[in-house]
Amino acid sequence: MIYEVSTLAIVLFIFFVVIVLALSFYFARKTKSASSYFAAGGTIHWAVNGIAFAGDYLSAASFLGICGMIAFSGYDGFLYSIGYLAGWIVALFLVAEPLKRLGKFTFTDALDAKFNSKGIQLTAAISTLIVSLFYLIPQMVGAGALVTPLLGMPHWVGVVIVGAIVITIVATAGMTSTTYVQFIKGGLLIIFSTILAVYIFNNGLNLNPENDEQPYHNFITLTESDMQGYNIVTNIELKDHGFVKMEKDGIYRWFEQTNDTYIEVLSITVTADGKHLYNGEPKENAKFFQVGHLSKIIVDGKEVEKTGSLGPFKFLSIIGKSEVVRFLKEKFDDEGNKVTIWRQSITAGSDMLMPGLRFTKIKENSLIGKINFISLMLALFLGTASLPHILIRYYTVPSQRAARKSTIVAIAAIGFFYILTLFMGLGAAANGVLDVESSNMSGPLLAKAFGIGLFSIISAIAFATVLGTVSGLIVASSGAIAHDFIDRYLGRDLTDKGKVFAGKIAAFSVGIVAIILGILFKGMNVSFLVGWAFAVAASANLPAILMVLFWAKTTAKGVAWSIVVGIITALGIIITGPTIGAQFFGIAKENAIQPLDAPAIISFTLALLTLIVVSLLTQKDNVNKIDVK
Amino acid sequence: MDHGPAVELGVDLASKKKAKLGVWLFILYTIMYAIFVAIGVLKYEAMSTIVLGNLNLAVVYGFGLIILAIIMGLIYNWICTGYEKKFNKEEQL
Repeated sequence: MIYEVSTLAIVLFIFFVVIVLALSFYFARKTKSASSYFAAGGTIHWAVNGIAFAGDYLSAASFLGICGMIAFSGYDGFLYSIGYLAGWIVALFLVAEPLKRLGKFTFTDALDAKFNSKGIQLTAAISTLIVSLFYLIPQMVGAGALVTPLLGMPHWVGVVIVGAIVITIVATAGMTSTTYVQFIKGGLLIIFSTILAVYIFNNGLNLNPENDEQPYHNFITLTESDMQGYNIVTNIELKDHGFVKMEKDGIYRWFEQTNDTYIEVLSITVTADGKHLYNGEPKENAKFFQVGHLSKIIVDGKEVEKTGSLGPFKFLSIIGKSEVVRFLKEKFDDEGNKVTIWRQSITAGSDMLMPGLRFTKIKENSLIGKINFISLMLALFLGTASLPHILIRYYTVPSQRAARKSTIVAIAAIGFFYILTLFMGLGAAANGVLDVESSNMSGPLLAKAFGIGLFSIISAIAFATVLGTVSGLIVASSGAIAHDFIDRYLGRDLTDKGKVFAGKIAAFSVGIVAIILGILFKGMNVSFLVGWAFAVAASANLPAILMVLFWAKTTAKGVAWSIVVGIITALGIIITGPTIGAQFFGIAKENAIQPLDAPAIISFTLALLTLIVVSLLTQKDNVNKIDVK
Repeated sequence: MDHGPAVELGVDLASKKKAKLGVWLFILYTIMYAIFVAIGVLKYEAMSTIVLGNLNLAVVYGFGLIILAIIMGLIYNWICTGYEKKFNKEEQL
C-alpha cells in the first residue's frame, strides 16, 4: 500500500508521546522503593486499576489483530474476542483475591508463598520471561505496522520508536507510570472505538464505498469481446483456479480466469533482481488498491445499492443476508519471479457471521481441525489468568476487595470493547479500506475512511495501545529478572535501591530483545501470535496457580516440574507445528512434523498431570510448607 | 527477602465463602463456554440458525457469553460484598 503521511497524525502522535514521557518523568521522582517500582506502592484505586487492566489487556492483538481477522475472515476473528473475555472469568472467580493475598511484586511470589523454593523461583521466572516475550513479539509487530501509515516510516523504525519510548517509561517510574499510561490508553481506546462504531452505523452499507473521498477501485473484468490490446502471456492453474498474466502497453497484470471471463486480481511481483511491482507497476505509481466491499446488499428481501444509517443489530442482520467480497491470497513462481496475488472471493454474509472461514477444518470432518479449534478456545479461556503482566496488576491495589472490583471494571470495559470489534471488523470488510498486505491495519484504515482526523486519533491511540501493553510486559519481565531471579533465586539480597536499579537494567535489556524480535516477525497477524502466548501461559502457569490455591497436597517440586513440562510441551508443539514450519522453514503446512498449531489441549493437560503426580510422589516435602492465611 | 503482600492486609473471614461461590460461578460459566465450543465442533451447522431478531446462534451466543460474564461479575461482587459485611464487620480487607 501507499500511505500518505498526515501532519495531524504526526502532531497527535508526538503530543501523546510527550504526555506519556512527561508523566513518566513526573512519577520517576516519587519512585524510589522496590514496592513503588514493581507494584506502584499498592495504592492504585480499583476503578483506575480496572481501566488500566483494560489498557494492559487490550493490546495490539485486540485492536489491530482481531479487527483485521474479522475483516478478512469474519466471525473466526470474533472467536478470539469471546475467548479473551471469557478468560477474565477465571481471573475473577478463582485467582484475583487469593493472588492478592499471596503475592508481593510478581506472580512467582504468589506461587512460592507457601514453599520458599529455589525450583519455583527459577522456573516461574523463566516462564514469566518466555510468556512475556511471546506476548511482546505481536505488540512490536503491531507497532511496526502502524508507523508506516502514521509517520511514513518503515516497519523497523516503528519497532525501534516503541522500544525506546517504552524503555523510557518503565525505566523511569516502573509500575506507577505504566499504570497511568495504561489507564489513559484504555479509556481513550474504548471511547474512540465507540465513536468509530457510531460512524460505521451512521454510514450504513454501500455497494460503492468511498474511501477518503476516493471512489472504490473498479476491478477490470474482461470478456473475449473486449480484450483488444491485451495479450495473454502466461496461464497458471492453482488449487482449481486459473490465473492469466496479460500484457497491455508494456504493463503485465494478473487476472483470474473463470470460463471466458477474466477478473483483475491484486498482485505483487518480486522480480529475480529484487524489484517489487504492484499490479505490474512500481509502488509509487499507486496502482495497488484498498479493497473489501459488498457485492450484494439485501434489505427486507430486496436488493439495494446502499442503506441509510443502521442500528447495530440491523447492521449485522443485513450483512448476514448480503454478500461480501473477500480477497484470498495465493503464492506461486512465474519464470523466476515470486508472485503473490489476492483474488476476489464472493462470500455469503451468513458465512461471515459464523465460524469456519479461517478455521476451515471445523466444517470438514477433520479430527485434527476440531482438536486445534478446541485447543485454541481452551488456551484463550485459561490464558488470561496466567499472564504475568496481567497478574502483577493485582499487587497495585490496596486490598482484596479492590482486586475483585477492579477485575469487574476490567470485564465490563473489555467486554464492551470486544463487542465493538465485530462491528469494526465487518465495517472494515464492507467499506473498501483493507490493505491486503497488512490485515492489522484494518481498524485504523477504517477510521481513515471517515476522515483524516478520526484516523489520526485512532492511529495515535493504537500506537498508545502498544505502548501500554509493552510497558506492562516489560515491568513483568523486569520483576522476573531483578526480583525473582537475582534477588530471590540467586539470593543476592539486594537493597531496595539495588533492586530498583536491577529492575531498570532488566527493563532495558528486555526492551532491546523485544525490538529485535519485532523486526524479525514482521508481517504475521498479531492476534494469531498472541494466541500462542496464551497457550504457553495457560500450560506453564495456570495449573501451578490453581493447584497452589486449591489443592493442599501441592508441593514445590510438583509446581516446578509442572511449569517445566508446560513450557516444553507448549513450545515443542508450536515449533513443530504447521505455521512455524511454513513461516520460517518453507515447509508446506501438510508436511509439518505434527499437525497441531494450538498446543494447550495437550500441554495444559500434561502440565496438570505432572503437577499431580510429582506432588503425590513428594508429599514428605510438605512438612516444611509455610502456612499462609 | 520477605515475599508477602505488598501492602498489609487484614484478616478476611469471608474468604472461604467467597472462594466457594467463585468456584460455583466458574463452573457455571465454564459449562456455558464449553457448550459454545462443542456446538462449534460437533454441530457446526447449528451456528447459522436464526435465533433472535434475524441474528444467528453464533452471534447471539457470542454476545451472550460476553454479557453473561459482566452480569455474573456484578452478581459475584454483590454477594461477596454481603459476605464481607456479615463476616468482617469493619475490618479492612
